[in-house]
Amino acid sequence: MTSLLDHSRGETVGYSFSQSTAAPVRQHGFYPYTDNGGSTLGITGSDFAILAGDTRSTSGYNINSRMVPKVFKIGGEDETGEGAHIILSVVGFAADGNALKERLDAVVKMYKYQHGKSMSVSACAQRLSTILYGKRFFPYYVHAILAGLDEEGKGALYSYDPVGSYEREQCRAAGAAASLIMPFLDNQVNFKNQYIPGSGEGHALEQKKAEPLPQETVKQLVRDAFTSAVERHIEVGDHLQVMIITSNGIEEVFHPLKKD
Amino acid sequence: MPGFDFSNYNRNAALHAKGVPLPKATSTGTTIVGCIYDNGVVIAADTRATSGPIVADKNCEKLHYIAPKIWCAGAGTAADTEFTTALISSNVELHSLSTGRDPRVITCMTMLKQHLFRYQGHIGAYLVVAGVDPTGVGLYTVHAHGSTDKLPYVTMGSGSLAAMSVFESMWQPDLDKEGAIKLCAEAIKAGIFNDLGSGSNVDVCVIEKDKPTQMLRNYEKPNERGQKERNYRFPRGTTAWLNQKIISKDDMKKFVTIQTLSGDDNLAAGEKMEVDA
Repeated sequence: MTSLLDHSRGETVGYSFSQSTAAPVRQHGFYPYTDNGGSTLGITGSDFAILAGDTRSTSGYNINSRMVPKVFKIGGEDETGEGAHIILSVVGFAADGNALKERLDAVVKMYKYQHGKSMSVSACAQRLSTILYGKRFFPYYVHAILAGLDEEGKGALYSYDPVGSYEREQCRAAGAAASLIMPFLDNQVNFKNQYIPGSGEGHALEQKKAEPLPQETVKQLVRDAFTSAVERHIEVGDHLQVMIITSNGIEEVFHPLKKD
Repeated sequence: MPGFDFSNYNRNAALHAKGVPLPKATSTGTTIVGCIYDNGVVIAADTRATSGPIVADKNCEKLHYIAPKIWCAGAGTAADTEFTTALISSNVELHSLSTGRDPRVITCMTMLKQHLFRYQGHIGAYLVVAGVDPTGVGLYTVHAHGSTDKLPYVTMGSGSLAAMSVFESMWQPDLDKEGAIKLCAEAIKAGIFNDLGSGSNVDVCVIEKDKPTQMLRNYEKPNERGQKERNYRFPRGTTAWLNQKIISKDDMKKFVTIQTLSGDDNLAAGEKMEVDA
């Protein structure tokens, strides 16, 4: 039987307000990602590449640990990374960063066993992109930077977005303080917004040309970038891990940073 | 008209409903503490002000004056702690003038809680009120919704747990002045190093019976910035420009009257604002 006054459509009748009186449907969720803060930075030179990162791991206003390195040797012979010729930095969600590092490390090792030669940096860079895109719909929540020496012995640096878009660059900052460090790098490494004094009037003024910087200068820029980022970003601090890759191998050093 | 101006309320509510985000207030994600001792009370604070994960001010002042012997440490929304303490300071002075007596800490705390309760937590001020008055030593916490506590040692802000862990393990009932200052500074340092919302320096204020109040600004500086390794001075002419226009003092005299002050900074009238290095 159908009533002429059909109230079964759920419309509220007799009230001046339109809200439904039924309790909203509750949905339980699980968010698999967390942000562990921190920042990384990479710069190349004519015969070297530098990757650096702070070692603080955070969640919210808490410090999980003051010593969780973000830069790793890839494809080494043992757990110390001895014999590696590629380095990787990961920043964002630390658990995904670790998983990604383990995966790439295994891939580079397998390549050597199967082909009898070590993987080139450009091949490793392409493989990393494929790994990241393989998880296009459940991404590794990280900003990765890969570094090594190319076939000509020049410093090579590749930076990635979380789903595998990548590019070879001269320098790149990633992570929490990327927006603080990257403009500094643009200005000091690529000499953006710097002109040669007295080289012309108005539009004729000549831009200062970027050229590969010496290793010592780059080391100083990296340390200054981080001590300054520590001043203005709460998630950056504790220690600075720096890895320098040259034809002589990989050198790793730690510097103290402010702990507040 | 006294009080807050709500004339933009409806417009902002409509804007917010359409997805426009609320403006971000500078929040002093702070560590503040207070501790009484045999003859007075000590309050202390860190000096970091944040806006999200960015440090807005590396050396801000979180210890506010209320009366000569009543001071207040503030956490929460920076503007709210500043204006609330300034308002109560004003009313406490008027009250003291009208009664002809020295102001009491409990009076000040009551005025603060009644003001904050009226605004139902929308004024985000979390305070530690401390002082000495004719009835003795007073130390209270006041929360933004209006609740209060009276305790021998107190902590507030995002670093309150780190600071309280120091008090709970080291506080003793028979502290002297030096002991209380040391303990408060230690509690603030626990916040500075273990809470990301707190950082930089330690400010201390000591209020003692029959003695002038001591404001120990930057009592400890455990986080000094190191020397930069490179020199970032640009040679003159590095920045590009397309045109220039020079306005001389004589040109300006056509539109305004110019009075030249002495070059001596110390003779300039009015209080100077602190400028970051």
